[in-house]
Amino acid sequence: MIGLSLYYKVMLGTALLGGMAGVAGTFAVLRKRSLVGDMLAHTALPGVCVAFMVLGTRSMIGLSVGALISGLIAIAMMTVVVRWTRTKEDAAIGIMLSTFFGLGIVLLTDIQHSEHTGNQSGLDSYIFGEPGNMLTSDLITLAAIAVVVLLLVFALFKEFKLVSFDSDFALSQGWPIAWLDYVMMAAVAVVTIVGLPIVGVILMAAMIILPAATARLWTNRLHTMVLLASMFGVAAGVLGTWLGRGLPAGPAIVLVAASIFYLSLLFAPQRGIVSRLWGESQLRIRIAREHMLRSLYEIVETQLPEIPPVKLATLQQYRHWRPWLLKWLLDRCEANELLYETDDAITLTPLGVRRAAEVTKTHRMWELYMLEYAGVAPRQADKAADHVEHMLPESLLLELETKLKEQGRLPTGLDALPESPHALAGDGEHGSSGGPR
Amino acid sequence: MSTLLMASELWHADGLWIIAIGALTNTACALVGCFLVLRRMSMMGDALSHSVLAGLAVAFAMTQSYSIVPLFIGAIAAGLLTTFLTQTLHQYARVPSDASMGVVFTSMFALGVIIIKKFVTGVHFDIACVYEGALGLTPFFTREIAGREIPLAVLTIAPVLLLNIGVLSLLWKEWKVSSFDPALATTMGFSATLLHYVLMALVALTTVASFEAVGSILVVAMLIVPAATAHQLSDRLAPMVIVAAAVAVLSSFLGYVIAEYRNTNYAAMMTVVAGALYALAVVFSPRHGLLTTLWKNIQLSLRVVKEDLLAMLYRVEELEAAQPLTPAAAREALGGGWLPLVAAKMLQRRGRIRLENNAVQLTKKGRTAARKLVRSHRLWETYLVEYLGLPLDHIHEPAHRVEHFIDERIRGKLEEELDASAGDPHGREIPE
Repeated sequence: MIGLSLYYKVMLGTALLGGMAGVAGTFAVLRKRSLVGDMLAHTALPGVCVAFMVLGTRSMIGLSVGALISGLIAIAMMTVVVRWTRTKEDAAIGIMLSTFFGLGIVLLTDIQHSEHTGNQSGLDSYIFGEPGNMLTSDLITLAAIAVVVLLLVFALFKEFKLVSFDSDFALSQGWPIAWLDYVMMAAVAVVTIVGLPIVGVILMAAMIILPAATARLWTNRLHTMVLLASMFGVAAGVLGTWLGRGLPAGPAIVLVAASIFYLSLLFAPQRGIVSRLWGESQLRIRIAREHMLRSLYEIVETQLPEIPPVKLATLQQYRHWRPWLLKWLLDRCEANELLYETDDAITLTPLGVRRAAEVTKTHRMWELYMLEYAGVAPRQADKAADHVEHMLPESLLLELETKLKEQGRLPTGLDALPESPHALAGDGEHGSSGGPR
Repeated sequence: MSTLLMASELWHADGLWIIAIGALTNTACALVGCFLVLRRMSMMGDALSHSVLAGLAVAFAMTQSYSIVPLFIGAIAAGLLTTFLTQTLHQYARVPSDASMGVVFTSMFALGVIIIKKFVTGVHFDIACVYEGALGLTPFFTREIAGREIPLAVLTIAPVLLLNIGVLSLLWKEWKVSSFDPALATTMGFSATLLHYVLMALVALTTVASFEAVGSILVVAMLIVPAATAHQLSDRLAPMVIVAAAVAVLSSFLGYVIAEYRNTNYAAMMTVVAGALYALAVVFSPRHGLLTTLWKNIQLSLRVVKEDLLAMLYRVEELEAAQPLTPAAAREALGGGWLPLVAAKMLQRRGRIRLENNAVQLTKKGRTAARKLVRSHRLWETYLVEYLGLPLDHIHEPAHRVEHFIDERIRGKLEEELDASAGDPHGREIPE
């Protein structure tokens, strides 16, 4: 490790930092304390300055202890303010963050004025970050702290999990959640403070939040989230150092982490925007298709088992359609052999009749259910059923069917559907009101 | 201090400009800050003051100059984008709201830094300046207006301050309602969302106008601290806004004086002063201060102990055979510490109790007061049994706690509902 060039030292150091920031950040994000990292990063500055004034040297451990102390003082003061005054938590965080940082700048100016040797630049790195200063001893400190944080999380995993997801339950089970919270926040504090001289104030706050928030998009399980967050953190460190040659390293690392976040936001399997839009459009299409089949069925219903062709114009009048959607749906159903189109008419195939009958049956069962059980007025039932019928789970349908059967109100066989409890469009009323949208 | 304030080198023209610029900036921030604090969105101030850097950087990179209009447009765009993204991430991707804010502003800040380093060449742009500002240098960059040299910073921030005042007075009622009750605002027909975006645009504009002069720490501090200070001191919106502005101006003045005296960064010192003013308000605020709260708590504890002592003496008198109460025993029964001592002293001075042969005795006046308390206590016990059906061993504790807060009115109601002559559930007499 001693023989590593600075470039690889920086890469290793930022990877270590990203990894442990991901682990600690997971709990900060889940506990809705993301901005605590931001606050700690800012409030550390006066402690760094005082430690430097007292020690007279720039040793990472000494300055970090100073930073930790002033960060903890800020947290304590914030707690007091929130508990005893009418200042709310958000304002309290902002107040501590800005005034401590202002005090830090004052002290920093004092140090710069009293400095003769001119090596105060080392303290500036606590604001802006200076990965290039990475020493082998810093790497060893980082590694040691990473091990401690990992051991802590490993040892208290179950407790942290409980506190993160259901602190009220944890409290009722007699867990000391205040202490667990403190330990969690202390882990965040330690990671934040060792990271400060490497990536700087703002970007350290980002390292706590970004990998964890990214991981949250990918999984609902805590251990997977911890693993993913640390992987994203490591990736941000390595890629940021690699891609960011010639750029300030801190911002480059954060931009990589942010890119991973935004990509995940688009493409994550369940919470990603693309998959959610896809799921939503699938549902819309299914609903429209079921509406179309039901309309066709209701138009031809009286003439069954004959299957007469339905004029396109009749179908268009029956309810409101978007023309392109109707065309596309008809084509798709034709491809599935549910119907065939001639010039201006549509004919259901026997398979199509069966499908359409199933759909209509669900709709009418649901209408009946709502009339009987939920006391919905007949004219409303059709619309309400339109909204809900597509989302009914299979099990509920079965239950409903048995219930209706028990009461002897479910006609057997699909050819004999329950009568629609309201007038159909063919009778003049439904269509003129525009139909359900 | 007076000699310090008189020192002539403190009051040169540049110094006055610094105070003026500080005061203008701080007031502009404090005005919009009041609404951030009331809406519990203070950290949006922090977020915006960082993320506008991206807008600034893009404007810089595109114009390669320091002209103010593109900068303002860039900042407002960045501010609105931050607001929109934060809200969208929270609503549609279910990222917790604090994390979504953190994600958006840090990534935009990083983007801003990179753009500046990579694409801005013509303009000197110091990242340190983003944090600390260069208030000390502002008097040196001037433009001549009507024959006078006016610092550019004044020309930047004064219109923004006027704009803030203007929008504030125009939308006063709307913002007031939507800050305290967004749902009501929506039902009254003005969109809380639109007002929110207008506020965010103003914050972004104010932030960027203040940036060069005072840097982001002072901006964040001035958005939050004066408003929070004023919130400690007043219960109404209009006084709160005025107090916040006063705190902002005072921070600028005192910050300048101390910074000059200590030869340090003006903006940072103003921040520290604002923090100190907040601390003073927290401790000494007449209605909500820590001292007031402490004093009220002590008063309440004293009253409770005094009343407990009176009631205890009454009960001792009631059990005629019992030993008289010694001061030491009484003190122990009341939980020890200094409160019983003070309480006993006060009762003695007011002629409610007296000390005879090492025994505490009620006076006539004390007995009257004690009888009322015991009556409240036993009426309450009766009420708990008859109306709530609590078992006998569960009623003393609640009655013991509540007896201090039963006034004439409630006692009258209890008397109407209950039959006092029948005695309390333990079979003891309910005194008149």
